Amino acid sequence: MKMSLKWAALALAFSLPLSAQAHRMWMLPSATVLSGADPWVTVDAAVSNDLFYFEHFPLQLNNLSVTAPDGAAAKAENPSTGRYRSTFDVHLTQTGTYKMAVVNNGVFASYKENGKNKRWRGTPEKFAQEVPADAQDLRVTQANSRLETFVTVGKPTDTVLKPTGVGLELAPITHPNDLFAKEEASFRLLLDGKPAAGIEVSIVPGGIRYRDQLHEMKTRTDADGKFTVTWPEPGMYWLEAETKDDKTTFDKAKERRSSYIATFEVLPE
Amino acid sequence: MRTLIPVAVTGLMVGQVQAADLAVRIEIPRLNVAEYHRPYVAVWVEGPDQKVAANLAVWYDVKLKNDEGTKWLKDLRQWWRRSGRELTMPADGISGATRPVGEHQIVFSDGKAPLGKLAEGKYELVVEAAREVGGRELLRIPFQWPPRAPEKGEVRGQHELGRVALETKP
Repeated sequence: MKMSLKWAALALAFSLPLSAQAHRMWMLPSATVLSGADPWVTVDAAVSNDLFYFEHFPLQLNNLSVTAPDGAAAKAENPSTGRYRSTFDVHLTQTGTYKMAVVNNGVFASYKENGKNKRWRGTPEKFAQEVPADAQDLRVTQANSRLETFVTVGKPTDTVLKPTGVGLELAPITHPNDLFAKEEASFRLLLDGKPAAGIEVSIVPGGIRYRDQLHEMKTRTDADGKFTVTWPEPGMYWLEAETKDDKTTFDKAKERRSSYIATFEVLPE
Repeated sequence: MRTLIPVAVTGLMVGQVQAADLAVRIEIPRLNVAEYHRPYVAVWVEGPDQKVAANLAVWYDVKLKNDEGTKWLKDLRQWWRRSGRELTMPADGISGATRPVGEHQIVFSDGKAPLGKLAEGKYELVVEAAREVGGRELLRIPFQWPPRAPEKGEVRGQHELGRVALETKP
């Protein structure tokens, strides 16, 4: 690993195809189903190979948002970023479903300058300042990623599940905090608020370190963007979907990559 | 068992159709563990659609300050999913303190809270127990309601519950 930590963390934060390494970004809440008068959750956030072990890079929390059951922003308390993971707490003062989301929108460019390969990442505003106007073999990609997890106090509610209409999003049919082993759950993927058809969805159960095979489940969204999964056993699961198109919002970028990642807890029956 | 029928119910029998009874006997087993806490226990009646037809009892740590005992109610995870998460604790006529090791009987009457009036049909009595730093166990006893004749059912738990018995009487 020759990449500097800062470069790697930034690149990973933008979820860019910097290398062939299959790092996984995730948030892991201490609990997803809660009762009680004054509950809290603490959330680990990292970029790693194995799920859910913090063994590579911390997830940057700059673009973290927490949404309370009433739709208002809630505070991420005690945030901290260490060598391998970030962590934050949320005081769950309302009953219902909370959403934690890290949404990144970045621009990535590769080009040649004086015969040398260069790579750049940043925002559309900084592009003109930082990328030479005469860059050769310029390839610009816009990358949008959304990383989410949900926790519920008491009865699950739907306010935080409403899509924003931007990028790749999950519109749950089965509530994400009402998932049980051996049961089927349905979800819909939306791209810019419309059903995202034919997108591959990968689901990997946690605990990779202690088994030989990944046990990845792959499925594809139907014409309505819908997919279903039957959870083989209880545990934490990581879900990822990605798609490419040319609907960039930055005119220099020819390609847009949109990804959605979430962590779900599946309880035993 | 007969002596445990509430006096109020027997008093109403004169000139009226007798209300059916449902008696549940739950054994909390003695466990040889280093750290023992009384189990949280939920008792409910489930219809064939797995929906809760009646919430009969939930025993949890009601004595902790600031309702802190409610924090572990979700560990009664089947009950929590089926109905607990929709209730406000303490729930009138349902919630009570945890019980010590031994046999405990609770009796319910047709038409009266918390059993209420169940439509005629097949049901299951469900008893779920979850113990702090311990395990969880869920037992079911099927029964017909209203009972046409006195009926008995019994199951035995493996680790968190002892004998659980159900007796219904017309």
